[in-house]
Amino acid sequence: MAETAEIFIDGQRVAFQAEQTIMMAAHAAGIYIPHLCHHPELKPHGSCRLCVVEVNGRKLSACTTLAQQGQIIHNQRADLIASRRCVLQLLFVEGNHVCPACEKSGDCQLQALAYAVEMISPRFAHFYPQRTVDASHPDILLDYNRCILCELCLRASRDVDHKNVFSLQQRGDKTHLSVNSASGQLADSTLALGDKAMQVCPVGALLSKQTAYQTPIGARLYDQKPIAQGEAHDG
Amino acid sequence: MHAIQARFNYLPAFALAALADALQCSVAEIHSVSSFYHLFNHSPRAYDIRFSHNIIEIYQGKAALMQQLLDGLQLKQGQVRPDLRVCVDNTSCIGMSDQGISALVNGLPVTHLTPARITQMIELIEQSIPISQWPATFFQIDHRIQHKNRLLNSQIKAGDVLTKLSDKAQMWQTLQQAGIRGCGGAGFPVYQKWRLCQATPAKQRIIVCNADEGEPATFKDRVLLSDYPEWVIEGMTIAAQLIEANQGFIYLRGEYRYLLPMLEAVLAQRRRLGLLGPAAGFDIQIYLGAGAYVCGAETALLNSLEGQRGIPRAVPPYPVNHGYLGWPTVVNNVETLAQVTLAFLIGGQHFAQIGTAASKGTKLFSVSGDCQAGIYELPFGTTVAELLALANATEVQAVQNAGAAGQLLLSPDFHRRFCFDDVASTGSFMVFNRQRDLSAMVANFAQFFAAESCGFCTPCRVGTRLMAKTVEKIQAGQGHARDVDDLTDLCHLLRHHSHCGLGSSAGNHIRDTLTQRPDLYPLKA
Repeated sequence: MAETAEIFIDGQRVAFQAEQTIMMAAHAAGIYIPHLCHHPELKPHGSCRLCVVEVNGRKLSACTTLAQQGQIIHNQRADLIASRRCVLQLLFVEGNHVCPACEKSGDCQLQALAYAVEMISPRFAHFYPQRTVDASHPDILLDYNRCILCELCLRASRDVDHKNVFSLQQRGDKTHLSVNSASGQLADSTLALGDKAMQVCPVGALLSKQTAYQTPIGARLYDQKPIAQGEAHDG
Repeated sequence: MHAIQARFNYLPAFALAALADALQCSVAEIHSVSSFYHLFNHSPRAYDIRFSHNIIEIYQGKAALMQQLLDGLQLKQGQVRPDLRVCVDNTSCIGMSDQGISALVNGLPVTHLTPARITQMIELIEQSIPISQWPATFFQIDHRIQHKNRLLNSQIKAGDVLTKLSDKAQMWQTLQQAGIRGCGGAGFPVYQKWRLCQATPAKQRIIVCNADEGEPATFKDRVLLSDYPEWVIEGMTIAAQLIEANQGFIYLRGEYRYLLPMLEAVLAQRRRLGLLGPAAGFDIQIYLGAGAYVCGAETALLNSLEGQRGIPRAVPPYPVNHGYLGWPTVVNNVETLAQVTLAFLIGGQHFAQIGTAASKGTKLFSVSGDCQAGIYELPFGTTVAELLALANATEVQAVQNAGAAGQLLLSPDFHRRFCFDDVASTGSFMVFNRQRDLSAMVANFAQFFAAESCGFCTPCRVGTRLMAKTVEKIQAGQGHARDVDDLTDLCHLLRHHSHCGLGSSAGNHIRDTLTQRPDLYPLKA
């Protein structure tokens, strides 16, 4: 029966295999469902809530929901896009995201998604949290101002690199990323440029030093194609 | 960590380092867990005082008493005094809404606070009198059981029901006939939950009693655990037989730590009787929470039970299939388990004779506020008005049913009935008379959710804080129509886009007051 297994995303038939999530099936079919905390090589997480779609009338995160025969799924409906815009506005409020001054600009999924859902202005009063930058590591910069708590680096470091460099501290809006070294500094951790953890940050929180601005603004990934049309970083 | 804090009143760095060493992980990973739970202190102090900061106590004058204490100790809220003597702060409802204004002092509840008692406390602290030598009356908790029905009217001794159980097929039938639904909020049928768990192939299964009674102004589970513990533990043991569990846990909220010695004694007595322990093939451990409302959600509770941050899991898989350490697990509320015992005492059919078509038996209500506070046991189908009359509530402006995550009821709703199809109750029932300014309730609940969000998903982590800030802005007279639009959109986002039930209900109080009491949101011209 595997060949007949299909779901319907915005009216389009999409084949899926057993154990595939809606996100995986959509991705395989070339359909883009917005996401920030999802990466195909890591276990589904479901925290950013950008990939919430409507499945048979219920709003569920596409990255954690298994595809099941005949599901009627809405992805690009106006109210869902409006909710995604609101989620993005919340992420911008929570951190200190200054796109013009960020070297990830043009390669940043947060910025690209904001353009994609036409988040043209800030909405809520910004929190302007006091956060720091960890520049202790010779090759890597960690700017906590830009962290969106997707835990991709944490999960990649723990589950792929088996180094377990990162953890989360506290809870609620005080939740923040930290480094599992005695000093709390990146320099004292085992993080290395070649780690998976270095390839998955959707924003400019984890950057490699000495490579900034090698690709000029205007020629970067999302300068060429919107995120929904191009191959995402996690392609 | 509880043992460390019990000894030092905080978690010293050297102790966390030793713990990290023993567990072969980094201190940051230990801190990742400990800093999630608000009752763990990370800096030294001899006295740690946390006022229960729920609207019930706020209306009773909690702020003035707290200020008196702060002034007397020459202290600012949340700061440890330079001599490391004392810290005074707020905490979410500690389950003592029927005991006047209360506070946790080094983790133990001090109730019925008055200006005179605060003066005494200041003297005791300044004289460095250990709390073990504080007057016993400080810690007195009077259970005000105002109205009993068949559960609270019944008495059993350990094993009374267990020793008379029939064969398993009949037991399942009893459970099915009783038609009990979970009392924790979701109302899932107990029979179905247990069947699903038992049907999942596994070498072992787990039964968990959810005693993380964190919904503001509920205290029924506290009363059941204190005065009716045999009912709860007997219910767990019955569950263990039916689902074939060999391990049980009571997840006791940290605020109820004072119950621990009594409950341990009850378990020890049952082991002596052979009702628990190796001979019985089933035993129960008590696990203490440490101040996290979200751990009342069953999957967050399971993570906490595993020694992790209390983040709700993505479901499916559901705990009945994949729960504690991956074992099929049933998580039931304290009251649910007590009702199960009653069903096996009186028989399933008899049990189902009272209540409504879809809601069988009786329900315990924790009633507080402007009325005769206490516990009321009433059959399902009772109306809100009937409960208000029993509790001598007059001049009622509003009722907040089912806690901060519940619903606001105004007088046109008072004819409605408590049952799963109409007014669903988690037990919390807060009554406000016409003198109360409900703005304070809105602000308090908004702060509550911002403080208790686990921080996992974006809508709840950021949205609850933004809601609290927006409410504060409006109440300061700085609100515009746009702020109300923002609140409406945030309510929608929380409701439909959050990861768990806490997030999806965190905007309920705003939604209800925006629609039913728009006057609480005055806007600038």
